[in-house]
Amino acid sequence: MNIVVCVKQTLDTAATMTIVDGKASWGDAPLVLNPWDEFAIEQALLTKEAEGGQVTALCLGPETAEDALKQALAMGCDEAILIQDPAFEAADSLVASRALAAGIQKLDPPDLVFFGKAAVDSDTGVTGPQVARRLGWPSLNLVAAVSDLDASAKTITVERLLEEGRQVVSGSLPAVVSVVKEINEPRYPSFMGIRKASKAEIPRWSAADIGLDGDIQPALTWPEIFAPEKGETQCEIIEGSDPAAIAGKLAERLFEEKVI
Amino acid sequence: MVLVYIDHFDGRAIPASWEALGVGLRMAEATDSEVKALVLGNGVEAIGQAALEYGASEVLLVDLPMLEHFRPEPYTQAVAQVVEKQGAEIVLFPTTSRSRELAGMLAVDLETGLSPDIVDYEMDGEVVVTTRPIYAGKLLTKEVNKARRPQILTTRPRAFPSPEKRPDTSGTIRQLVLELDEPLTEVQGYTDSERGVSLTDADIIVSGGRGTSNNPSLEPPPEITDEKEQEIWRAQQGFELIGELAKVLGAAVGASRAAVDAGYIPYANQVGQTGKVVSPDLYIACGISGAIQHLAGMRTAKTIVAINKDPDAPIFKLARFGVVGDLFDIVPELTAALEGKLSKG
Ligand SMILES: Cc1cc2nc3c(=O)[nH]c(=O)nc-3n(C[C@H](O)[C@H](O)[C@H](O)COP(=O)(O)OP(=O)(O)OC[C@H]3O[C@@H](n4cnc5c(N)ncnc54)[C@H](O)[C@@H]3O)c2cc1C
Ligand SMILES: Nc1ncnc2c1ncn2[C@@H]1O[C@H](COP(=O)(O)O)[C@@H](O)[C@H]1O
Repeated sequence: MNIVVCVKQTLDTAATMTIVDGKASWGDAPLVLNPWDEFAIEQALLTKEAEGGQVTALCLGPETAEDALKQALAMGCDEAILIQDPAFEAADSLVASRALAAGIQKLDPPDLVFFGKAAVDSDTGVTGPQVARRLGWPSLNLVAAVSDLDASAKTITVERLLEEGRQVVSGSLPAVVSVVKEINEPRYPSFMGIRKASKAEIPRWSAADIGLDGDIQPALTWPEIFAPEKGETQCEIIEGSDPAAIAGKLAERLFEEKVI
Repeated sequence: MVLVYIDHFDGRAIPASWEALGVGLRMAEATDSEVKALVLGNGVEAIGQAALEYGASEVLLVDLPMLEHFRPEPYTQAVAQVVEKQGAEIVLFPTTSRSRELAGMLAVDLETGLSPDIVDYEMDGEVVVTTRPIYAGKLLTKEVNKARRPQILTTRPRAFPSPEKRPDTSGTIRQLVLELDEPLTEVQGYTDSERGVSLTDADIIVSGGRGTSNNPSLEPPPEITDEKEQEIWRAQQGFELIGELAKVLGAAVGASRAAVDAGYIPYANQVGQTGKVVSPDLYIACGISGAIQHLAGMRTAKTIVAINKDPDAPIFKLARFGVVGDLFDIVPELTAALEGKLSKG
């Protein structure tokens, strides 16, 4: 099976964010592989281990994003490609999905393309479905389990995690599968994997390489980024002689402040 | 025209759809245009009727057996056709799993921008300047689609008020006939349905964390010998208390990831960056330390109450009211105290 996994480089989720000169700043917090994409990589590797084939990690990002791809290789992906071009610097999801779809079409035709649920920086959560739409393939979004995969019949059945419960859906291959964290437990990179990854040469594809020289204007702009108001979250500690007294006072305060 | 998509499940509209409709009504007023609600499905006339009562001047209904279950491809095609035929400067959706995907795919079909999960906006003439959280809510960004139309937005549940329901409406329902392609997927059914109050719609949420298992004085039944199982059993006693408090308040039950990962409670209850993002009026955190990834899911709650043994737990920095104490002592007393007060009316 030919498998592609799309991964992004993001900030560590524990990073403290501030605004410096009107821009988001994270000090010296490290950039990491988007945590959700570890589940996508794991699912790609599990699929390869069951079905045979190869896994290619694809990333759209700046030079530094090479590190995220190295981690994908260290986990066990066979190939990695970085789509890197100044033209993509202000990409919104419309442009990112176009670039990723074009990159996928340049590869040997895949059977499955995996995505994470969302990038933890932009919190968009639509790139997988958008790529599916561009490719004209079924979008299987928020997948918590692959219950059946038949390589010869080219069919897949998955469980999607919706607010109301799990929806069981089947479709044909090739398909785009965006995964949630219930689907697996991502592996750690092996020492062998890390060594192999450190030596790997990761090809760069420019906008022209994927056939997108004109018409890649984003639709969105971000005129202002700001920190949420802190509010007066002065915490009022409720004290009392025993639990009943404390609880009684808390209940009273909740009523007084019209919280309940 | 402002088009508002009404999301629904199992014959009922998702309440956040009405909030989106309310936003649509205000945007239409500001731009001197009208609001139409769009309902797709099979046998969804009652939902269309409700949309009129919530203030839509016209409801567009696409009622087809093929649309029985939400599937992104035919739904996207249907919305795209409606936008193309009717014209729309703004298309609004409530942020739900279905609508987010649908809005994203619609943006591709119409080659336009999507701002997902907005929490605020202002009008600059006909242009909507949205505000939405990024970096898990640590920052906010304004986001604008200046040149392309329509502007597609999804509104975060509970970030906007729901309009008043008025039974006396003058609006009309119009059935649209569309030609749709064969769907690419087939829905086999549903498993594991969630019961009780939905987290994202709840006014009040009572949540438990790892602290729910920390009551050494509770003796598990002798047949449970495995240490892990004993811990889960203890946590279940803790969540029992949390459930009773939630019941008195008509609240939903939430949890931290630590509680979910340890198997105390299903993932559907997880609040946080990798769980659900909620904005209730009241959030009561019991035995939750307040890790940044948990805060990402609940920091916009109007009032936060923290019950924690550790006076230095970070959750107290965000809380309006705090109790430094053992949840096994405090929670049942709080249930009793509130029950007394609420029954008195
Ligand atoms: C990429 C990533 C994503 C994540 N996403 C999420 C997410 O979506 N949601 C989430 O919640 N976490 C998430 N986490 C995990 C998060 O970092 C914390 O590990 C988790 O929130 C801790 O849960 P907790 O507060 O229940 O446990 P702990 O941090 O162990 O806190 C338990 C608290 O209970 C108190 N306590 C103990 N016993 C009692 C008692 N008897 N009575 C009262 N208080 C007591 C303790 O003082 C302590 O403060 C994520 C982490 C990562 C790296
Ligand atoms: N620049 C990118 N390069 C590769 N994959 C991406 C990129 N941006 C988003 N993705 C993928 O799309 C998923 C959803 O991202 P988003 O829609 O940006 O929240 C991520 O989990 C990744 O799998």
